[in-house]
Amino acid sequence: MAQFESGLFYSESHEYVRVEGEFGFIGISDYAQHALGNVVYVDMPEVDDEVTAGEEFGAVESVKAASDLIAPVSGTVVEVNEALEDQPELLNKDAFANWIIKVQLSDPTELDALMDVEAYKKHCE
Amino acid sequence: MEKKTCLYDHHVALGALMSPFGGFIMPIQYTNITDEHNAVRQHCGVFDVSHMGEVRITGADAERYVQHIFTNDVTDAPLGQIYYGMMCYPDGGTVDDLLVYKMGDNDFFLVINAANIDKDVAWMQEQAQGFDICLDHQSDYYGQLAVQGPEAEAVVEEVLGLPCKELKFYTAKTLEVAEGDEGETIIISRTGYTGEDGFEIYGSHDFTQKAWEKLMQSGRCKPCGLGCRDTLRFEVGLPLYGDELSADISPVMAGLSIFVKLDKDEFIGKEALANQKANGVARKLVGIELADKAIPRHGYAVLTPEGDTVGEVTTGYHCLSVDKSVCMALVKTDYAKLGTPLAVQIRKKTFPGVVVKKKFYDKHYKK
Repeated sequence: MAQFESGLFYSESHEYVRVEGEFGFIGISDYAQHALGNVVYVDMPEVDDEVTAGEEFGAVESVKAASDLIAPVSGTVVEVNEALEDQPELLNKDAFANWIIKVQLSDPTELDALMDVEAYKKHCE
Repeated sequence: MEKKTCLYDHHVALGALMSPFGGFIMPIQYTNITDEHNAVRQHCGVFDVSHMGEVRITGADAERYVQHIFTNDVTDAPLGQIYYGMMCYPDGGTVDDLLVYKMGDNDFFLVINAANIDKDVAWMQEQAQGFDICLDHQSDYYGQLAVQGPEAEAVVEEVLGLPCKELKFYTAKTLEVAEGDEGETIIISRTGYTGEDGFEIYGSHDFTQKAWEKLMQSGRCKPCGLGCRDTLRFEVGLPLYGDELSADISPVMAGLSIFVKLDKDEFIGKEALANQKANGVARKLVGIELADKAIPRHGYAVLTPEGDTVGEVTTGYHCLSVDKSVCMALVKTDYAKLGTPLAVQIRKKTFPGVVVKKKFYDKHYKK
């Protein structure tokens, strides 16, 4: 069964944002990692890249297919989770602990368009 | 509307992820592709491959007819011998790749790809003019199981009670089995599509369901979906029609000339294929190994280090048995030599790689 974590903002394409001050940690939900199966590669942007809400910023690859990562919010990448380069399977182990990128939010009002955990649970049903 | 195999309900009960393939709704995975892949490499896995098509060719001209439509040579074949080869168009393009089982004098059993059943049967019927043959399309009768892996022989013998030890690689035999009140004749062969030892078993739907249930109850063999069937066949360099072979990709382009017997008197496509072999082809199938872990997928562009497009990926994976990202790709012949540096465009980035043999993992057949 998929786990759901409260306090996060979720997108329809199954990314989450955990907000800490002016920064957002973006990853994929536990529901998404279940649906993907064994993750074998994570294609990530580089530090200083700009990501735009609703646009692709990378991809998560399972054995069978590549799945685009869609930015739930806009901002500048300040950090990427380098552990995923060698251990992409960390996303399967704990998708919430293993965020993919950390961005400096350029427009925090974008968060209003995302779902809270209750709404996201319904979305996954 | 996709067709269901006779094991559809069994797959759903096991919680398989079901998806359309070749006109059928098929199990892609039961648990996950990696575990199922490893089960076949290390122990034993069973696949429902009832979607495959079967055609029986009999009659006074059966052998002459098979020789006419098939690229391999079945002349003087011993009883039970199996041949892999292709049916080709006159221009050398591939109608399908298939197995031909010699079941008797002028009696052949042809196994064709699910996605091509209608096309193949129509093609075979068109080519039958002037031959005294009976072409019996039996796809709706047969279910098919593939039991694959180093423990397959023991599982088939002990769990299914089917004697198969003495079967050599690429040979088949029939067996009389009694299930319930009625008996039937099944076909069992030492063949497969995984690069491991294994068997393929053709029987009625009733037989196939009972055999599947025995295999599941035994706990000695993991149910495996088409997801790992593709990773398994890919990493030992076996082609899939639609990826490595097609109406535009001849067996010579795909590097399968060994299955095209140009010393045969005649067969459809012979002239074109002989010409391709003598004068070379514009594009060839190669293996490419990437330095990075990004995964080249079907249809992605293959580039020179300078950025010119010279081909495209036919199948690619992060290869499970050797932990490398590799692909098969159809590239311009000038770039097909081993060691040629090439790159693959994956989303917005290009990833450098090098041409390698298109067998990424060694087969473990029991010959």
